[in-house]
Amino acid sequence: MVDLRVQIGGGLELKNPVTTASGTFGFGQEFTDFIDLDELGGIFVKGLTLKLRQGNDYPRMAETASGMLNAVGLQNKGIDYFIETTYPDIKKYKTEIFPNINGSVVEDYIAVAEKVNEIEGINALELNISCPNVKEGGMAFGVSCPSAIAVTEAVRKAYDGVIIVKLSPNVTDITEIAKGVEGAGADAVSLVNTFLGMAIDYKTRKPVLSTITGGLSGPAIKPIALRMVWQVYNAVKIPVVGMGGIMNAEDAIEFMLAGSSAIQIGTANFIDPQISIKILKGIEDYCKDNNVSAVRDLIGALEV
Amino acid sequence: MKKVQDFKVLEYSWLNDENYILKLIADDEIPEIKPGNFAEIKVPDSADIFLRRPISVLDVNYEKKTISFYIKAIGKGTRKLGQLNIGQTVNIVYPLGNQFVVQDEKKVLIVGGGSGIAPFVLLGRELQSKDVDVTFLMGGRTKNDIFLTDEFSKYGKVEVTTEDGSRGEKGMVTHHSLFKSEFDFDKVYTCGPDPMMKAVAKIAESKGILCEASLENMMACGIGACLCCVTPTHDGNKVVCTEGPVFNTKELAW
Ligand SMILES: Cc1cc2nc3c(=O)[nH]c(=O)nc-3n(C[C@H](O)[C@H](O)[C@H](O)COP(=O)(O)OP(=O)(O)OC[C@H]3O[C@@H](n4cnc5c(N)ncnc54)[C@H](O)[C@@H]3O)c2cc1C
Ligand SMILES: Cc1cc2nc3c(=O)[nH]c(=O)nc-3n(C[C@H](O)[C@H](O)[C@H](O)COP(=O)(O)O)c2cc1C
Ligand code: FES
Repeated sequence: MVDLRVQIGGGLELKNPVTTASGTFGFGQEFTDFIDLDELGGIFVKGLTLKLRQGNDYPRMAETASGMLNAVGLQNKGIDYFIETTYPDIKKYKTEIFPNINGSVVEDYIAVAEKVNEIEGINALELNISCPNVKEGGMAFGVSCPSAIAVTEAVRKAYDGVIIVKLSPNVTDITEIAKGVEGAGADAVSLVNTFLGMAIDYKTRKPVLSTITGGLSGPAIKPIALRMVWQVYNAVKIPVVGMGGIMNAEDAIEFMLAGSSAIQIGTANFIDPQISIKILKGIEDYCKDNNVSAVRDLIGALEV
Repeated sequence: MKKVQDFKVLEYSWLNDENYILKLIADDEIPEIKPGNFAEIKVPDSADIFLRRPISVLDVNYEKKTISFYIKAIGKGTRKLGQLNIGQTVNIVYPLGNQFVVQDEKKVLIVGGGSGIAPFVLLGRELQSKDVDVTFLMGGRTKNDIFLTDEFSKYGKVEVTTEDGSRGEKGMVTHHSLFKSEFDFDKVYTCGPDPMMKAVAKIAESKGILCEASLENMMACGIGACLCCVTPTHDGNKVVCTEGPVFNTKELAW
């Protein structure tokens, strides 16, 4: 038996390191025909804001070489709807549910965090300061050190549970931001969010996305994401939750070796709605085959 | 219940050089499929085709465990799906989306164009089983764009319009004479190019009858997880792959 438990900061333990990434897994309910959600280490639900958001205009996606661009723009029904309607339905699952919180101004983040603080059964939130698809706020917080620190400090005061700050890769030095939010009270960091990208239809000479630019995800970003996880792992003491183009167990293991305490599966859920569980089984098999008795022994075990 | 399932290519029927029917066969049971449902098909052996492709279910045979799709080759994925080997494995996620509503209609009109005709075989069969009087109206640029009329004629009358007049009446579907004579349909179903569906919806509205349209949209997941496939409605953005693809056109803000 492989011990699959991992610690992801603030004393929070997951039963295994496999979780699903915000915005790629809905609220979990979309996947119940395909997998048993109870088997997952955790679910990072779709980004939540204080008020309902319609998101961006269509078209919101473009397929790219080994990946996709999205410009969803945080469409969601608002934190109150989540608390009153969605969470009561999904709290029965024996997996850690992580709200992913967003705002255009610091006050919004605080208001959402205060509401999350009141939800019984929620132990942690993911503070998203890296959404590239909203006009105001979002990624703007995550690309400058002072604003990343300010929003993390503010949410730290408003929220008693575990805070995982989700970092943007669209920065010059991601380790500076990671260290900044660590100092501001983050219990863990998750990375990466999508890379700012763009698609053009040469026939019509028009941008493909309604927002012109959007966020790139999928295997196309994996080597850069892996590099950033490795750099951040070496720069901070808090746990790192890694993601970016993980398509199979091999990718997931590489992210753990680079320093991820847990991993998130994003775009791969669109290609195979059962992939998260397959990856979990794959990690377990790898441990068995290589005499790794506890999966946590893989974290940062890169031999350099 | 939605399912991820492996099928094998059983046979192709080519309607012309860019339109074909792909028939697949499975080992396992096929879940119940409703008129309007679609599948997300993984294009095999294509590293450059990352996402699945949404395609309506054309027909299904539960005993023989076969399912078929009518596909128009318009890009790399739909072309590749026409070039598989017999026996090759194809993975699909299905059945997805909502369905055309069949209540207590007596006489209905089904207007289709392009690859939008696919869902109307299952719909025609369901309507026939409920003794509904069905008229199919199929439109295209030329006679080479009109397909499956033999199949549709099993379930009702078939009318055709072509822009060049090479088959049926000349003009667009909305110019067909049935809109000019006594119009006693109590519902219109439509699927095809957006401008066609909009024009059809407008006529239905002017006649004061219900119109359901099945929308085509760019999709990533097909199961409501990514929110990429929205369409604006009078009640905000709706998710086409789960709240649609079939919508009452009165809801749509298109
Ligand atoms: C619910 C639903 C049911 C469908 N049913 C059928 C069907 O029964 N038969 C059939 O032939 N097609 C159907 N389609 C359309 C089909 O999904 C697209 O033609 C297909 O995804 C194109 O893939 P491709 O790789 O060939 O094209 P690509 O190479 O990806 O693109 C070629 C061109 O087509 C455009 N395009 C791609 N996908 C779509 C789309 N979904 N809608 C509009 N434009 C698009 C692209 O922008 C590009 O300009 C359906 C779509 C939906 C959403
Ligand atoms: C369609 C889509 C929607 C997303 N929405 C969110 C979101 O609401 N909040 C968030 O923090 N990240 C969001 N992301 C980013 C993912 O959580 C993840 O960071 C990114 O996709 C990289 O991982 P991947 O390559 O495995 O997909 C979204 C990604 C996609 C593709
Ligand atoms: S395609 Fe993902 S929500 Fe519809």
